[in-house]
Amino acid sequence: MKKMSIAEALREAIREEMVRDERVFCIGEDIGITGGFGGAFTVTLGLSDQFGHERILDTPISESGFIGIAIGAAMAGMRPIADFEYGDFAFCAMDQLVNNMSKLRYMSGGKVKLPMVVRVPVGATRRGAQHAQSIESYFFHVPGIKIACPSTAYDAKGLLKTAVRDDNPVMVFEHKKLYGAKGARKVEGAMDVEQEIPDEEYLIPFGKAEVKKEGKDVTIVATLRMVYESLAAAAVLEKEGISAEVIDPRTLIPFDWECVMDSVKKTGRLLIVHEDNYTGGWGAEIAASVAEKAFDYLDAPIKRVCAPDIPVPYSPPMEDFYIPSAEKIVKAIKEII
Amino acid sequence: MENIPRDKLLGIYECMLRIREFENKIYYLFIDGFIPGTIHLYQGQEAVAAGVCANLRKDDVITSTHRPHGHAIAKGVPSGSLMAEIFGKSTGCCKGKGGSMHVGDIDVGMPPAIAIVAGGIPVAAGMALAFKFQKKNSVAVSFFGEGATNEGVFHETLNMASLWNLPVVYICENNLYAASTHIEKAFKITDIAKRADAYGMPGRTVDGNDAVAVYSAAKEAVEQARAGKGPSLLVCNTYRHGGHSRGDACTYRPKGEKEEWLKKDPLIIMENMLLEAKLLSADGIKAMKEKAEQEMIEASEFAKASPLPAPEQALEDLWA
Ligand SMILES: Cc1ncc(C[n+]2csc(CCOP(=O)(O)OP(=O)(O)O)c2C)c(N)n1
Repeated sequence: MKKMSIAEALREAIREEMVRDERVFCIGEDIGITGGFGGAFTVTLGLSDQFGHERILDTPISESGFIGIAIGAAMAGMRPIADFEYGDFAFCAMDQLVNNMSKLRYMSGGKVKLPMVVRVPVGATRRGAQHAQSIESYFFHVPGIKIACPSTAYDAKGLLKTAVRDDNPVMVFEHKKLYGAKGARKVEGAMDVEQEIPDEEYLIPFGKAEVKKEGKDVTIVATLRMVYESLAAAAVLEKEGISAEVIDPRTLIPFDWECVMDSVKKTGRLLIVHEDNYTGGWGAEIAASVAEKAFDYLDAPIKRVCAPDIPVPYSPPMEDFYIPSAEKIVKAIKEII
Repeated sequence: MENIPRDKLLGIYECMLRIREFENKIYYLFIDGFIPGTIHLYQGQEAVAAGVCANLRKDDVITSTHRPHGHAIAKGVPSGSLMAEIFGKSTGCCKGKGGSMHVGDIDVGMPPAIAIVAGGIPVAAGMALAFKFQKKNSVAVSFFGEGATNEGVFHETLNMASLWNLPVVYICENNLYAASTHIEKAFKITDIAKRADAYGMPGRTVDGNDAVAVYSAAKEAVEQARAGKGPSLLVCNTYRHGGHSRGDACTYRPKGEKEEWLKKDPLIIMENMLLEAKLLSADGIKAMKEKAEQEMIEASEFAKASPLPAPEQALEDLWA
């Protein structure tokens, strides 16, 4: 066992997969430069010393180009792990991600494979509107992309390893405030979620949610940092005699419907929490599907706690207002109980 | 230099001093915890913003980047509202909605700085297109780093700007590094001005630490654009004295490199030039420095004393 932050756990996952399979390589900006940062959040720090600059491949600032290159390499037999320093820059590569990455296999009649991973840091960290967005929902909408959202170091390692071995494109969304709470590159408000990681290899299958806390009155579904806000809210509610069940789906595509449906059937109430804004967020899809398939089990309207429909504001009081919190979750639950 | 009026030269020098003082102040205010998030400072590149913007009128516009403080000062955003914005205060030029990477004030011809690398390049061309439609003789200037020229949108836009003869000037600040990535690691051909040939526009390279050289080269480019003779690309070779952003110890730079560049500090070059030409005395320089220092002390006091926005103000300003 070794204590690791999420950044360290991701790094170990990449290291193990690169040792195991020589087809795996990393591609992105500022990921392997000697004396550099190891990516914006240190995930690839030191890996170029071990694997060399050919397998930890630094690119010019050319997102559309390097994602397209990762796609081509994947199709031709490699297993790239691409890194967007901030998720917001993924929009520069939207064409490659949406028109090519998600569709080439289908367009080929199932003949080509795109075993590739795209790592996407998300979440607001006092940097204003263009370094802050939670963009899972854009890709949740696109058929052909798997989506993982690890909230713990254990999950980060196991899910990333599974992603590398998947024969489909996988986007891994990582929250900037969860990477680690130490070192020069940590962000303001970073949470310490270090965890003991087993020495033995393990994988976490996609589509398997984790019940973070059992409860009987209301089901909360949350990912990434919102898992922690939800657990904090559940602790507050517990004291007031309300028992909340907190579920972290861990992957959004595929989604563990069984786990969520079973929970809703038990509690009769559902609340979904994400840092992305309301309209068109993945929470809307979960709400709609539960309403379609488990309407008879619901004792109250389904609720969502999400950011308001505005860009992410910079100033701390406004940013704090923007980001969903335990307080808002408690308030929302009290409205349906 | 002989044919540049004294006032112009002093104005450029003053602008450089103000930027330097502003950034020095921000550096310490950040360490002291007054500034949220991150900062990308401009010390070392002052000659570019000051030299270029000395050619611009209030009705000309600029686009800027994640490193925008110097451009904002040079284009005329008041230092108090600039600093207040970086503090996240409601008196800031974007009411606290923008922050360090998005400062700007359209009232002086600067829309919010765009922190997506190369994002401002087409936007500048768009403003230039509007000026052309409107038969105004205003000019748009786009500032960006050498790293930005490897984004596809650089190629797309420079072609259109040239094709349509737009009144836009492209200023590439080549400070050798894009974050930790040295230009040699990101370019096959490091002479970026050569790329202008591919678009059929003039491409020039100047010493970006020599404010007079920047001013003169930018003057030609701006006049050409204003006269309806189309865009150009001006590469200014320079160096950022500090890290890329907060918490960057620059361990990717070779030893001694910064020291060499510090000898070519644009402020020293300008001071020596002014002294040699007897346009300013040592006392005169001292007085100007004190004035700039005083201005930035006042700006920081204004920022500190200003109120934070109310949380709910986040909901305002989305729609026109
Ligand atoms: C599209 C996009 N990709 C990556 C980044 C992250 N990033 C911010 S600044 C920077 C380097 C920019 O270098 P350059 O354009 O030369 O400007 P400089 O920082 O030297 O002023 C990078 C990679 C970004 N902001 N936007």
